[in-house]
Formats: sequence, C-alpha cells, structure tokens
Amino acid sequence: MTQQEALQQYLLRLADSDMVLGQRLCELCGHAPALEEELALMNLGLDLIGQARNWYEYAAELEGKGNDADYLAFRRDAGEFRNLLLVEQPNGDYAMTMARQFFFDAWHYQTLQALVNSSDERIAQVAGKAIKEVTYHLRRSIEWMKRLGNGTEESHQRMEVAVEELWRFTGELIEADEVDLMMAEAGIGADPEAVKSAWKQMVTDVMTEATLTLQDENAWMHVGGKRGIHTEHLGFLLAEMQFLPRAYPDAVW
Amino acid sequence: MYAQLVETGSKRLKTLEEMGPEERAFQEKIDAEIKIEPKNWMPESYRKTLIRQISQHAHSEIVGMLPEGNWVTRAPSLKRKLQLMAKIQDEAGHGLYLYSAMETLGADRDEEVEKLHTGKAKYSSIFNYPTLNWADIGVVGWLVDGAAIVNQVPLQRTSYGPYARAMVRVCKEESFHQRQGYEILLTMMQKGNDAQKAMVQDAINRLWWPALMMFGPRDDDSPNSAQSMAWKIKRHTNDELRQRFIDQTVPQLELLGCTAPDPELKFNEETGHYDHGDIEWQEFYDVIQGNGPCNRDRIATRKKAIDDGAWVREAAAAYAEKQKQQHQAA
Repeated sequence: MTQQEALQQYLLRLADSDMVLGQRLCELCGHAPALEEELALMNLGLDLIGQARNWYEYAAELEGKGNDADYLAFRRDAGEFRNLLLVEQPNGDYAMTMARQFFFDAWHYQTLQALVNSSDERIAQVAGKAIKEVTYHLRRSIEWMKRLGNGTEESHQRMEVAVEELWRFTGELIEADEVDLMMAEAGIGADPEAVKSAWKQMVTDVMTEATLTLQDENAWMHVGGKRGIHTEHLGFLLAEMQFLPRAYPDAVW
Repeated sequence: MYAQLVETGSKRLKTLEEMGPEERAFQEKIDAEIKIEPKNWMPESYRKTLIRQISQHAHSEIVGMLPEGNWVTRAPSLKRKLQLMAKIQDEAGHGLYLYSAMETLGADRDEEVEKLHTGKAKYSSIFNYPTLNWADIGVVGWLVDGAAIVNQVPLQRTSYGPYARAMVRVCKEESFHQRQGYEILLTMMQKGNDAQKAMVQDAINRLWWPALMMFGPRDDDSPNSAQSMAWKIKRHTNDELRQRFIDQTVPQLELLGCTAPDPELKFNEETGHYDHGDIEWQEFYDVIQGNGPCNRDRIATRKKAIDDGAWVREAAAAYAEKQKQQHQAA
C-alpha cells in the first residue's frame, strides 16, 4: 500500500463514520424523549455530516477521478464504506443511542485532538474546526452516561445492557491496522497507542462515575468495518440514504 | 398560519361601558398599542385564548418536524440534507421559544403537550398531509413556511409582549427556510430532468389548497376573529392574509414554470388582486377534526416518543436529585 492509498483509506474512515452516525441520528428526528433532545440530536447529526462533507471533499480531490463529496456518500456500496462497525448499529433505546455516542465521541475526541497537529495541513484544518464541535458532543454524551447509569434502577439496567451489547464493537476504535500505522508514522494520522490509552482511561473513568460495570478488556472484538466488511445493518441504511441519487443518477438536486 | 381556529369564548364584543374598571383599563392599553406583559392584569378569556393560540403554534412546530423528518434520511445530497437538518433543528427551537412564551401565562408545557396527545389541543392542519416525494420538502419550505410568515409578520406586533418577541426571532429563521425551499424547487425545475419537474408539479398540486387552508376559515365563518382582533392578538382577518399570500405567491409560481391546481386563479385588473376558486371547506373541517390523511400517525408518533422517553426523563430527574443531595451534604 502506498502512502497515498493509506491516506485515502484514512480519510474515508473518518468521513464514513461521521456520515453513518449522522444518518442514524437523522432517523431519530421526531422520536426523541424530550424537545431539548430533538434539538441536540439534530445539532449533533448536523455537525457530523458537516464534518463528513469536509473529509469527503478532501478524499475526492486526492482520488482525482472527478467524483465529488456527494458521489462518495451516495454512490458507493456497503463494501466500499470504511466506517466503524459501532456507528452503523441501530439506535435501539436511548441508552443504546447514548452508549454508542459516548464510545464514539471519546474516540473521536482523542483522534481529532491528535489530527489538529497533523503534518497534512488540510487534515489539521478540518480537525481544528471539528474538535470544537466534538468537544461539545463528548461533554453531552458523558452527561448522559452519568444520568442514565446513575439515574433510576431502570435506566441503570438499560445502560448496562447497552454497554454490554455494544462493547464488542469498541475494539475496532482502538486497534491499529496497517493504514493507521502508516499514517501515524508519516505524522499525518493520530498515534494509535496514545488514542488507545486515552480512550480506555476516559471510558473507565466515566463508566465508574456512572456506576456501570466495567467490561472485559480482553473480550472478543468484532472488526471489519475499516476494511469494508460490515454488519448486516449497513446495507439497509445505505438503501434508504442513497435511494434518490441512485434512482435518478443524472439528476441535479 | 399555525393557529387556525382559536376559541376566544366570546361571540359578541363588549363595549367599553359594559366592562368593569380593570377590563376597561386593559382594553384602553391595547387600543393605545401598549404591550401586555406577564405580570399585568388581563381578562381570563384573553389569557386562555392566548394559551390556546400559542400552544397551537408551538405544537405545530413540533408536529411539523415529522413530515420533513420523513425525508431527512433520504435527502438527495449532502447540501440538502444539512439544510433540512438545520431547518428541523430551528423548528424544535421555535417550539421551545413558544412553549416558554406560553408558560409566562401560567400554563404548563407538559400539560399542554398532554392535551395535544389526547386530541384536546390542535395544531396546524397542514401537517396532516403526507410528504410523498422529495419536492414536497421544497414545497413545504416555500408554501407552508411562506404562509406561516405572512401570518407571523403581523404577529410581531401582537398585543402580548412575550408572543410578539418570540415571533421576531421565529420570522428571521422562517424567511431563510422559505428561500431555501424555493431554491430546492427552482433547482429541480431549471436543472432537473423530466421526472424531477413532474415531482415539483405533483407536490404543488397536492399542497396548494392545504397551504391556503392554513389561514383558517373564511371571515364570514370565523366567529372568534372579532374578539381576537379587538384584543389585537390578530391584526388582520383570515381572508386578508390569504389574499396577501396568494398575491405574493403566484408570481413565484410562474417563475418556477408551474401551475396551481386552480382553474379559476387569475389576476383581477380591477381589484389588483388574484381571484381564486373555492376552497373545499369540508376537507378543512374533516382535517381539523382528526380525519386528515396523517392525523392518527402524527399524534401516535409524538405520543410514542414522549411515552417511550418517560424512563429517560425520570432518570435525568433522579440524577439531578442525587446531585442536589450530594451538594447539600458536602
């Protein structure tokens, strides 16, 4: 793999994870548990899809095939998507939505903080804008972990189930593969070891404060998203998201 | 208009002589265009009418998220998706301002939402129509937000201060949405293929008359208007606002290269206004009585969101209580 190819993959991972999680948040429109949450979820989704667009634009330029950001979002099939498996998981109940958000935000925050200092100026610039938004996302999801974990007996129970259910997808956030290592070595990507230890520390601290059971660090982990091998959920998500551009391929919207 | 039929409880206006001293002082203040504020004395019927109107308006913002939310996962480009998400977020924000304005009158947000879910409180009839193709999102922005603006611009001068001030903020954002909605349609008509153009015309055909119904019943069938106007809650009659909307909208329709589903629509040189065909009032009353195409689904969705979310709100309250006790113990 050339460095150029690794960079392309790295950008698509960032973009696709933002895009797919943003899409999941869109599904909640009108279904949130309170009006303030409607506002917050749409706000989060808007930030994430905005970030996805920035990453896609850069990826499309590097690719140099004349495709644009919309093409990358709406014309690639599931096998070409490079998002983390965690973000394609269904919304479930609000505990599931919030646990997914927290695990992702904690990773996203650590990653972007490193990317602000990327030797690739474009990446540093996009990350610099995104980190402000994601700082807020993380603060919010930590608050919800605590409220639900240490709220009522029912909310505690639901949060325990959510964390246990989603834990198997967290390994993919912090285990580096060839792309991650190449990018880190080139000073372009985040240092996987630093992200891993900061992520683990934050998850342990927040879950402890939220009175939640810490999960087994050595548990079996489900990976594949970063290589395009997804769960069965992604195909349906893309079918809905991509319907119009695929049904009318020559259309301008 | 997001509050189409608001009971005022009075069919006949009182003269100043018939009013007690407090009520007369109140009416004189209204007549002098002095804003009424939350702590001022006001007739109970004025308070109740405003609670009905503002809650109807707030409920409309919230239920109005559903027909648009129906397309947010299917928006055809990143730009359109982001615009739609920003719009929906603004609507939730408008709902919040309006519920806050309503609470200054002593009403409780949760109780009013409960009335919505049990069918005792109304919301705009327009949101009981389905969004069936992507162009509906453009038409909702253009016609529905357009009709809302025609109604809300005069409401910036409504007699109750908190409502008037909420409208100033709401109007700025709504005008932006309306332009975006129109731009969606213009893009489809000018750069689109035949299928896209057909979507635009189809959306207009389905939503034209429902948008005109947003202004409420005809003046001669609007028994509550006189009282609302005497209190300067309303500043113009339903038919005046509807005519203003038609006059400003027809040129935009022509610029799109589309037609209205109204063979009688034509410019009247004598009056300087557009004449239009008869509105199907039976359909309007059916819809506001709960029998429109989406009434059941809309309410079921909102009720389910709030019912399913009960444990989340309880958890937040329990956590806040624990935090408070810890602070007190420390």
